[in-house]
Parts: sequence; C-alpha cells; structure tokens
Amino acid sequence: MSDMLYEAPGTLRAALALLSGANGKARVMAGGTDLLIQMRSGRIEPELLVDIKHIPDLRAIALKRGGFQFGSAVTCMELIEHEAFARAWPGVIDGVKLIGSIQVKGRATVGGNVCNASPAADSVPALIAAGALARIVGPDGKRDVPVEDIPTGPGKTSLASGEIVVSFILPKRLPRSGDAYLRFIPRTEMDIAVVGAGVNLTLDRRGFCTLARVSLGAVAERALLVSEAAAALVGTKVDDAALRQLAAAASAACRPIDDKRGTKEFRFKVAGVLARRAAEIALQRAGRKN
Amino acid sequence: MARHHVTATVNGDAVEFLCETHQTLLEVLRDELRLTGTKEGCGTGDCGACTVTLDGRMVCSCLVLGVEAEGKAIQTIEGMAVGRDLHPLQQKFLEHAALQCGICTPGILVAARSLLERNPDPTASEVRYWLAGNLCRCTGYHKIVEAVLDAARELRGN
Ligand SMILES: Cc1cc2nc3c(=O)[nH]c(=O)nc-3n(C[C@H](O)[C@H](O)[C@H](O)COP(=O)(O)OP(=O)(O)OC[C@H]3O[C@@H](n4cnc5c(N)ncnc54)[C@H](O)[C@@H]3O)c2cc1C
Ligand code: FES
Ligand code: FES
Repeated sequence: MSDMLYEAPGTLRAALALLSGANGKARVMAGGTDLLIQMRSGRIEPELLVDIKHIPDLRAIALKRGGFQFGSAVTCMELIEHEAFARAWPGVIDGVKLIGSIQVKGRATVGGNVCNASPAADSVPALIAAGALARIVGPDGKRDVPVEDIPTGPGKTSLASGEIVVSFILPKRLPRSGDAYLRFIPRTEMDIAVVGAGVNLTLDRRGFCTLARVSLGAVAERALLVSEAAAALVGTKVDDAALRQLAAAASAACRPIDDKRGTKEFRFKVAGVLARRAAEIALQRAGRKN
Repeated sequence: MARHHVTATVNGDAVEFLCETHQTLLEVLRDELRLTGTKEGCGTGDCGACTVTLDGRMVCSCLVLGVEAEGKAIQTIEGMAVGRDLHPLQQKFLEHAALQCGICTPGILVAARSLLERNPDPTASEVRYWLAGNLCRCTGYHKIVEAVLDAARELRGN
C-alpha cells in the first residue's frame, strides 16, 4: 500500500488516460469518504487513485435547456447550498442532506454515493424518483444511463473498467411538481437507512397526478424503481385510496433481508408507511407556488 | 516513488511536508507537522474529533489525504486563540465546563466556530444538528450547546 500512486488530473481526458493505463488497478476518488475507509480496512488496495476534484467541468452546477445538471465531483454541501437547485428538487436535497455529518457532506459527492453502490445510499432513491440520468464517459465514448441502472448489488455497478460518471442530468421541472425522500433510522442523525423512500410527482391544473416515480432504498440488493407504486398515483388526486394502494405496492416490491437494523417484516411495513408519507410531502410541495 | 511534496498553509502559515499517498491529513498534521491539537477518535469519519477546515469547509481530517492539501488553506484548533487570548468559544467552554476528558473538544470548537461564521445567531436545535458529527462520550452535550450559544451571544455583542 505504501507505493500507491495519486494523480489529480485537470482534465477529463487526462483522467480517462490514467484509468485506462492502470489495467483496472486504479480507483476514481471523489470525496473519498467511502474510499479512504475501505482502503484503511484493507477491503480494497488500489495501485493508483485518480482524484477527479480538479476537473472544472465535474464541479459545475448548471441549468441547461431548462433542466439542472451537476458534475459528479460537486460536494453534497455545494448542492445543498445551491438555492435554485434546492427549490427545484427538494426531495433530492432531502436525500443528500442525510449523507453523514456536515463534515462528511463537505467532502462526499452524489457521484460517490451512487458508485459506491450501497443499497442504503440516501441520495440514490431520491435521484431515481427524480428521473435522473448519469452521464458516463469511458474508453468507448459517452452514454447516458438512468441512475437505477448503475448500482447492481452491494458494492457493484454496471460501470465498465475505466469509466467515470461525469455528471447527473435532471429532467426539466414541470409546473406543479414536487418530490420528497424519507428514511427510517432508529435515531434522528448519523445512521444508515433501514428503509428509504423517494417519491416525485406532477399534477395537472385540476390537481390530478399526471406523472409519478417511486423508489425504495435498503429493501433489496440495490435501490428499486417501483413502477406499480407510481401507477397507483397517476390519474388520481393522490387521495387516501391512492395512497393506500401506493403503500401496498411499495411493500410488495420489497425483497429485504433480516439484519441488526431491522427484520424483513419490519422493512415490508415501513416501506409502505414511508412511501406514503413521502408522497404526502411531495404532494404538498407540488401544490406550493414556486 | 509515491512520496509527495506538498505545500499548503496551516493557520495562515506556509508549510511544506512530504507524505505518502495513504497518509491522511490527520496523520500529517499530528506526525509530520507536530500539531497534535487535532485528535483521532475513530479514523472513520464518525466522531468528528479530527475536524479541521479545508479552504473554509469543515471536514474530518481522517478522511482527507495529506496529498490533497496541496495549495489549500487549513485551519486547526492551534489557530483559534490569538497569542494568549482565548477565542470566546474556548473561554465559554471553560466557563460552562463544557469538557471533561477533552478529546472531543478541539473538533467541537472548530466545528462551532464554522457554524458561528455562517450563522451568528443559531438556535439550540441548529447547534445540535450542526454538531451531530461530533461525538462526546463525557459531557452529555448540554453544556456544550450552552457554551456555544453563550459564545454566540458574546460575539454578537449582547
Ligand atoms: C461518518 C459517515 C457517515 C455516512 N453516512 C451516510 C449516510 O447517512 N447515507 C449515505 O448514503 N452515505 C453515508 N456515508 C457514505 C458516504 O459518505 C457516501 O456514500 C458518499 O456520498 C460517497 O461519496 P464520495 O465522494 O466520498 O465517494 P468516494 O469515497 O470518493 O468514492 C466511492 C466509490 O465510488 C467510486 N466513484 C466515486 N466517484 C465516481 C465517479 N464520478 N465515477 C465513477 N466512480 C466513482 C469510487 O471509486 C469508490 O469506489 C457516510 C460516510 C461516513 C464516513
Ligand atoms: S477521527 Fe476523524 S472522525 Fe473520528
Ligand atoms: S469531553 Fe470527553 S469526549 Fe467530550
């Protein structure tokens, strides 16, 4: 480990060249809040760290063609402090705010949260509900992939060797839209989700739901997009009957494990309760003038 | 060889050091620069004892590599008092007995200063949330929160 190399390239091209020259023995490093702990425990032993924080494009938050994009090296605190982004996507911010302490959020990135592929990662269900795409660049060029297709299981992603997530692309925000993310933990701060639920919805002028996306975290090997739960909302006024159906569909989609944080049975139940509560907050936010 | 030559500023002073890639900023501060005010509680980002600011943002120095400090401005607890004059936060921690063993104290002071720079008039609940990443095994937090609120009052001049 003592001869591990470190590079902080200033361009994406240089970063890609470093990664492809390292035969899979290199690791992308963003905030390092997962990486440093994994190196310290000996779980991973990279030969080269490629720090992407010095690539200006990867640090930008911008509105492009009506939709927000942000670079994969943007820290959680930078995203939280971006007022226009937080107004457009309060549910994404709900998730990002839960990533560790202020100290951790000063370093941690959404890109790292997605690519670390913990099933309990808090920004991931919120991004999936938002319909975010990840722009990936690698030796074979560029592709845009829905966030739900990136983590494939604990610690595993669909990224090929040498690929980097460069940015996240959110859809244009339609009027009367709102999103929310909630997680259950046994305390109020600093813990890992037992269940997480993200809901994003859009209403028409009469208050009927026209679009919805629902995602659950920590109830399967990766965060799930639950289209049955979203379908329970579309075409309704998000009334009690619709919310009950949403909760039932959310519970039914879980394939959880028993662990020290919660039993399977508990997770089935809480997934429904949280999905419902997140939908109620999203609904209230959609009704708010912005 | 993966030995890096790094130049940075610590508490306003230019510093230079050599480090290996795996060395954390915490290790560099304590072992290379001999600034042992910054403490190690856990080494995994959970306790906040190692809190410093890096270009004005508070971070856990156990989760930053020494080599990442290149060109950056770091503030540690050693930069808090001016000569023999304690910072109001330090003074209030003494007055309120907001410490016992003191291991958590440097990190909490750095974090509290960072809060008061952003928000000179926080509520008790804002103080508690801001300090959620700083664990104290001794005091039970109440006196810490009181000391921060009292220091805030003094810094606002009332
Ligand atoms: C005390 C503490 C509390 C925490 N609490 C929470 C919590 O409550 N909720 C939560 O979800 N997480 C939590 N985390 C985990 C962690 O902070 C997050 O997962 C964080 O978002 C990781 O981002 P990073 O930039 O630090 O990633 P890094 O550590 O830099 O990288 C993580 C992984 O992703 C890869 N990677 C990073 N960026 C890219 C990219 N652009 N392209 C391709 N691969 C990439 C790296 O190679 C590495 O494998 C906590 C961590 C700590 C230390
Ligand atoms: S030593 Fe860094 S957070 Fe505990
Ligand atoms: S005073 Fe002992 S840990 Fe806080």
